[in-house]
Amino acid sequence: MIWLNQIVQGILLGGFYALLASGLSLMFGVMRIINLAHGDLAVLGAFFLYVLANDGGMSPWAALAVVLPSMAAGGWLLQRTMLERSLRAGVLVPLLTTLGLGIVVQNLLFEDFGADQRSLFSNIGALGYDSWRITSQISIGKLSALIFAVAVAVLVALQLFLTRTPLGRALRATAEDPDTAQLVGVDARRVYALAAAIAVAVAALAGVFLAMQSSIQPYSGPGELIFAFETVVIGGLGSLWGTLAGGIVLGVAQNVGAQIDPSWPLLAGHVVFLAVLAARVVLGEIGSRGGLQAVLGRV
Amino acid sequence: MTLLTVEHVDARHGLLHAVRDVSFELGEGETLALVGANGAGKTTLLRTIAGAHRPAAGRVLFEGRDVTRVPPHRRVAMGITLVPEGRRLFGELTVEENLLVARSSGRRGPWTVDAVLEAFPMLEPLRRRRARMLSGGEQQATAIGRALMTNPRVLLLDEVSLGLAPVAVDGVYRSLCSLIERGTTIVLVEQDLGRAMTVASRLVCMLEGRFVLEGDAAELTREQVTEAYFGLRRASRAGSPA
Repeated sequence: MIWLNQIVQGILLGGFYALLASGLSLMFGVMRIINLAHGDLAVLGAFFLYVLANDGGMSPWAALAVVLPSMAAGGWLLQRTMLERSLRAGVLVPLLTTLGLGIVVQNLLFEDFGADQRSLFSNIGALGYDSWRITSQISIGKLSALIFAVAVAVLVALQLFLTRTPLGRALRATAEDPDTAQLVGVDARRVYALAAAIAVAVAALAGVFLAMQSSIQPYSGPGELIFAFETVVIGGLGSLWGTLAGGIVLGVAQNVGAQIDPSWPLLAGHVVFLAVLAARVVLGEIGSRGGLQAVLGRV
Repeated sequence: MTLLTVEHVDARHGLLHAVRDVSFELGEGETLALVGANGAGKTTLLRTIAGAHRPAAGRVLFEGRDVTRVPPHRRVAMGITLVPEGRRLFGELTVEENLLVARSSGRRGPWTVDAVLEAFPMLEPLRRRRARMLSGGEQQATAIGRALMTNPRVLLLDEVSLGLAPVAVDGVYRSLCSLIERGTTIVLVEQDLGRAMTVASRLVCMLEGRFVLEGDAAELTREQVTEAYFGLRRASRAGSPA
């Protein structure tokens, strides 16, 4: 039963990872930018909300109505002012740009807030610790369930946006072939900026949930980036449901690992990630060489 | 009335001088065929008119307005649309979605999804199929239909019959003829000289980036065009003793 509990908790944690990863996946899928500042932007959004909630005295839920649009606007500006120029210089330059941006964000936060761990736990009242008891061994935290539900809702909304709306169609077309998209009337620059806006806003939402569920400090970003990255790789690029599946696999691996040995959660997650990565490489190789028999025949 | 004017356009790909000092005018309702060997600069010229390639010198005017620095998506909104070489459909999108994407420019007119499906009846049963699953002819019909969805005033067609089965080419040309009858202004790049001469009102032959022959399609003979196509006239002139 304790194992089942770990799996259930792992699935719920997977929702958070999917939320964290969806913006990373979107930006890579549309613009081929690997945003190394993704985790730092998530943490920045969380600090922004922390200030509004603690210094501004706002309810954290009301503060979201300020934070998410501001972060979306920030994403838009980031694309128009920095990433667009970087992209013109080749595929590797955005990698450097976002790495640098991440360092700037971390150190500006450190300047203002110091190295203390901060949490929004005390701002959300009983939601932080209330739970539903399912059996004597399994209980589901209300906050974890909320995060999972929000993650699924965000993924469904993104999916509907991409498939059902004119802008979503333009976004998919631009992701596939930006030159041709422009030749049929799509403003690719605007589409890119929109994708960046969505990605940064969703990252900020994930950052806020992270700060509610545990804690953040100015240098939390890169660690979160690794989880997001692992989720995307496990789930496969360009598929939102794959992202959810990837998050769940990572979450379950970490929780089951923790049950085996309390020092194992991160290790177990990384091992599963590496195994999936290796399997993809090997299977891809076998596929490109004309099947398993062809490969074995040559050995 | 002059719809499109190209003035002394030079276009380069790095060191390659693809289009050299090309000028022409295109009137409303005209069909201009551009012929020439591979590498003559036809595709680059079309892409320059569509805004996908920035010319090194010269101007492109549309309805008297200088559009040389206008980006491609805004030219689509003005009424210039290119059907690129190789069809370039969005493979993961369905046929219908490919058509709908072309409404992004906001230009409304007679061409809607229903009108395109009526003009290309073979696409009707395929509207929910992903574009990469289509045959070459079906893809070409979708690519032309997608361009029509922008309700263009000038339609630029690059090698619409390339790589298609003869039956599919017949189909594509039947639809082209009906477009021409409706008064659509067209610039057509075509390798097949016979096809080009039957549909076009005017014909231009390009060689090494220049216009080497220009005239009414009805008045030019195949021999004249063939000579210009391979640069025979110039070669023989250079080769003959003065």
